[in-house]
Amino acid sequence: MNVLIPTPLRSYTGQRVVEASGSTLGAVLADLDRKFPGIRFRMINEQDRMRPHVRFFVNGKQVFDPSQPLSPTDEVVIVQALSGG
Amino acid sequence: MTTRTRNTLRAKAARRLVVLVATRKGAWLYHGDARRKSWRSDGPHLLGHMVNHLVLDQRDGRTLLMAAKTGHLGPTIFRSTDLGRSWKEAVRPPAFNKAPDGQPGRAVDHTFWLTPGHASEPGSWYAGTSPQGLFRSDDGGVTWDPFSPINDDPKYRKWMGTVQDGTPDGPKLHSIIVDPRDPAHLYFAMSGGGVHESVDRGQSWTPIVAGLEVVEGLDAANIAFHDPHCIRLCPGNPDRLYQQNHCGIYRLDRPSNEWVRIGRRMPRRIGDVGFPIVVHPRDPEKVWVFPMDGGSVWPRTSPGGVPAVYVTRNGGKTWRPAAAGLPQGQAWWTVKRQAMTSDANDPVGLYFGTTSGELWISGDEGQQWDCIAAHLPEIYAVEVAAPA
Repeated sequence: MNVLIPTPLRSYTGQRVVEASGSTLGAVLADLDRKFPGIRFRMINEQDRMRPHVRFFVNGKQVFDPSQPLSPTDEVVIVQALSGG
Repeated sequence: MTTRTRNTLRAKAARRLVVLVATRKGAWLYHGDARRKSWRSDGPHLLGHMVNHLVLDQRDGRTLLMAAKTGHLGPTIFRSTDLGRSWKEAVRPPAFNKAPDGQPGRAVDHTFWLTPGHASEPGSWYAGTSPQGLFRSDDGGVTWDPFSPINDDPKYRKWMGTVQDGTPDGPKLHSIIVDPRDPAHLYFAMSGGGVHESVDRGQSWTPIVAGLEVVEGLDAANIAFHDPHCIRLCPGNPDRLYQQNHCGIYRLDRPSNEWVRIGRRMPRRIGDVGFPIVVHPRDPEKVWVFPMDGGSVWPRTSPGGVPAVYVTRNGGKTWRPAAAGLPQGQAWWTVKRQAMTSDANDPVGLYFGTTSGELWISGDEGQQWDCIAAHLPEIYAVEVAAPA
């Protein structure tokens, strides 16, 4: 499936949209980390919790649980939350 | 001091130096000539990253580690072995152990402090984090693991307190010190959470807080209430440590375990509150501090808007200002705990970076100061090193 990468993480991917696979959001993030080492830890902490300013959307709907099932045609969008400072 | 120690600590012959500046928005390197007269700016590196510490490994003169995160992404460590021409991210940055199911666990918000390991252990590094955690790498910063039992020790977790007990930017583990005579002899400090010593390579730790004062109304017997801001070990006498604490300036002469408040001799109108403390690379009697306004609401500015370094040349018996060249007034900045340092030349060069983004140096041990950079982002840390 296609995964839209936010600008702060494009130093890892070099591309705006990348291909990744997995049956859950967590599996897709693990696949991204295999392809782009280090990228997952910038979004998910060591307790497997989403970091405060990173948001995940599947087909336009925000997802809070990494175990959310995905199908191969889903589109994943990773967004850097709007927050000042 | 033995003859051998004295010889080891002879002033370094003038070498080209690089000043490593870590800021809230990236890192800069200032390359100087051997006379410290001209400086070439190189930066920004990793623009937009909050860089808490940037340290060159003096054992190999080439491994440069940067503790960084952005406002939106998690923390990491960047590495360079070509003085910043290229950067590569650590494969496994510092991270706490995964908590058992059902328990919240802790997550590293940022790495705050980096210390190269002992000279006999090439490639070893220590890192202190916020919230407080202690980590070690044995491969030059590529991979990191929790170090020693303290990260998950219930007693230490209690002393570390919560986010509410720490500094405004989060509670920090800092001042990781390796005894140059013994790689098993370590110190670290926590804001808040006291000063701690290990003599068995970090397997066990003992608090050293006797003699330290705490904020009025709190119980000094509670380790959690101690707030050391910066600890330095004297290369000229590794049995002597100095400390800038939330509640004064202190000296510790081992084997004693009792700190002595030497800041009482500071001018009363200036006080002895501050963040950084710098020791002379050879003379254990010489120490520099940068006092801060610790009155009423803790404005964290120079007292009266008049920034000044203060120096003691007799181990804290007397203090005098060393401020020639610094602004005479209306300068409402201060210097953070890692943002002041020295080189090992003779005379010693001193360096500090300000919360307003200025970089100041003195090539004569603080007698005269010059601003070599301005308009940088808020400076978090300044280190100086002699690259290979």
